[in-house]
Amino acid sequence: MSDSLVFHFDVDGDNFTSAGQASTQVKKNLRQLGLSPAIIRRVSIAMYEGEINMVIHANGGTADVVVTEEYIEIVLRDSGPGIKNVEEAMQEGFSTATDSIRSLGFGAGMGLPNMKRYTDSMKIDTVVGEGTTITMRVNLN
Amino acid sequence: MKISMIRDLLDAEVLCCEESLDNDVYSACGSDMMSDVLAYVKDQAVLLTGLVNPQVIRTAEMMDMVCIVFVRSKRPSEAMISMAEDDGIVMMATEKRMYDACGTLYINGLIGAKAVHV
Ligand SMILES: Nc1ncnc2c1ncn2[C@@H]1O[C@H](COP(=O)(O)OP(=O)(O)OP(=O)(O)O)[C@@H](O)[C@H]1O
Ligand SMILES: [Mg+2]
Repeated sequence: MSDSLVFHFDVDGDNFTSAGQASTQVKKNLRQLGLSPAIIRRVSIAMYEGEINMVIHANGGTADVVVTEEYIEIVLRDSGPGIKNVEEAMQEGFSTATDSIRSLGFGAGMGLPNMKRYTDSMKIDTVVGEGTTITMRVNLN
Repeated sequence: MKISMIRDLLDAEVLCCEESLDNDVYSACGSDMMSDVLAYVKDQAVLLTGLVNPQVIRTAEMMDMVCIVFVRSKRPSEAMISMAEDDGIVMMATEKRMYDACGTLYINGLIGAKAVHV
């Protein structure tokens, strides 16, 4: 698609302070494209939750965002531990976060459910010991 | 409620974006868990929290919130203050604890997660 825009980010797994920078940048880019605030908010919250997850659970990864006329697609890839039981992980309140992560304000077990709630589709491909790829789409029409 | 009234009710010290104190806000939420905050997009404009790290500001930014209140005398770093300044988010600090701060704002008319027409 010649009209689509692509943004790529490396997400540093060793730096909790910088976690969320990619989502912040995407939010700015989408504002410049003049998309509606409601759409921008859904995309940026979903991406932010996924970005934080990559940092706290998977030692970082990459984020790719594609903007077309019809949808915005966010692909988050990591080479972390993978998710053993996706159905369980999708439950509100399920978390394997340690106390030290909880003291940073994460580990309520709400991230994945939020990502699903704010997007029109979400696919999790994960292999234990190899990593996780999460693909989310928000439709524009 | 004007943001300046939040400052007055909580006896809070404003840390940045003083120029926005005159803006109106209609609802708030209080939490130390950021994904709980991110779960309820209902045009909440104010975040009360006892958590102090840059993710508080990023969370507020993702939610299009305009004011952060740190409870229990928590103080953000200079780096956090400049992040909030860039985003135009008013930050303030109060000695009150979470329960008291939320209760004070609530009885004075700043309600919780209720959809607001913009
Ligand atoms: N990228 C990932 N790699 C490995 N495990 C993950 C990944 N993302 C999520 N998980 C697992 O799924 C669980 C649920 O994730 P979710 O984002 O819903 O909650 P959380 O991150 O634990 O807490 P919160 O998002 O509320 O701060 C996590 O605790 C973790 O075990
Ligand atoms: Mg999470």
